[in-house]
Amino acid sequence: MRYEAPDSLEGAVALLAGAQGEARVLAGGTDLLVQMRADVLDPDLIVDIKKIKETRAVTEEKGGWRIGAAVTGAELKEHARLKKAWPGVVEAANLIGSTQVQGRATLGGNLCNGSPAADSVPALIAAGAVATLVGPKGKRDLPVEDVMLGPRKLALGKGEIVASFLLPPRAARSSDAYLRFIPRTEMDIAVVGAGVSLTGAVAARVLLVAEAAQAIVGSRLDVPAQERLEAAARAACRPIDDKRGTVEFRTQVAGVLARRAALIALDRARSNS
Amino acid sequence: MAKHHIEATVNGDAVEFLCETEETLLDVLRDTLNLTGSKEGCASGDCGACSVMLDGRLVCSCLVLGCEVSGHKVETIEGMAKGESLHPLQQQFLKSAALQCGICTPGVLVASKALLERSPDPTETEVRYWLAGNLCRCTGYDKIVSAVMDAAATLRKG
Repeated sequence: MRYEAPDSLEGAVALLAGAQGEARVLAGGTDLLVQMRADVLDPDLIVDIKKIKETRAVTEEKGGWRIGAAVTGAELKEHARLKKAWPGVVEAANLIGSTQVQGRATLGGNLCNGSPAADSVPALIAAGAVATLVGPKGKRDLPVEDVMLGPRKLALGKGEIVASFLLPPRAARSSDAYLRFIPRTEMDIAVVGAGVSLTGAVAARVLLVAEAAQAIVGSRLDVPAQERLEAAARAACRPIDDKRGTVEFRTQVAGVLARRAALIALDRARSNS
Repeated sequence: MAKHHIEATVNGDAVEFLCETEETLLDVLRDTLNLTGSKEGCASGDCGACSVMLDGRLVCSCLVLGCEVSGHKVETIEGMAKGESLHPLQQQFLKSAALQCGICTPGVLVASKALLERSPDPTETEVRYWLAGNLCRCTGYDKIVSAVMDAAATLRKG
């Protein structure tokens, strides 16, 4: 098994594009190393992207925020201005695993692991985040919701990697929130997750579920609007039945979480005025 | 393929070692550097028994590859006492009997020290959430949590 730690995106892309056999990107390693240990994966090449400047930076860009794919949850939490602009994205990233895992786990890894239970992904989608991909054919931007096609299936070509995410500029009186349901208090994998981003405290944008956004756009998020949001979130739900939750339970909880997350985001947006 | 030649700093000392790509930092610490204080509980990042500091950040050494620490700083439980003098957390754990079998203890101590460096006066809730990734299967957590709170008070007095 070969290990490479290039210091440029071009270097990483060249290694991955030219790889014989299976190649994997290593960011925080909190999923990759576990899968290697469990013999789910046995890559021939590991490309560590943490020495690449662009993947490790949080910078302001066009009034929004660019977050490198290999920035850890702990680093996001310590970034006071980012946390104020996008508390939902930061809290979602910090629900991933323990303190130890938060010291390593990254937004890029959480997305590219391709799990439907990834905590930071709904928050990024609700935020309208765009992933910047770099590959053999150059650079392209893709909305986060279009990167993951299904469980473990990504829209990335051979040699293509997620380099960073761009969170859009924040209007006044805007905020976001992420909630998940787990049977324990901490350290678990989401059975249901819901991310909501609100703008202007009266209008709303929930990019994941267009019908849910429609249900509350133009409203003051009063009780009837909350009920419409719950119903829309449930209607859009396509969960699976497994030992962690039934379809019926997950659908019910999705509505409740969407409503609660919207109310938290509303409260935060009001305090940002 | 040839092993990786890695130079890093462990507990303040410059170290060099050879490792395979597959070897984790925990494997290297225990099997190559003979620092066996860090334990392997689950090898999947769930139990925290292998907790170490990497560039001042608390991590599970079972989820870090040995070759990833090239040029970086690692601190383990072996670096916690200063010579014969135990760290106040270690002293308090002995005094409060905050351990039984001891397998989780090095990880709990490393994690607790990281917490108290950031937050010298934590609430009980803060301690419990911070240590949620350190599993103990003997004592339950009450003695551990109160020992951390007591050690924090001792450290604040200086």
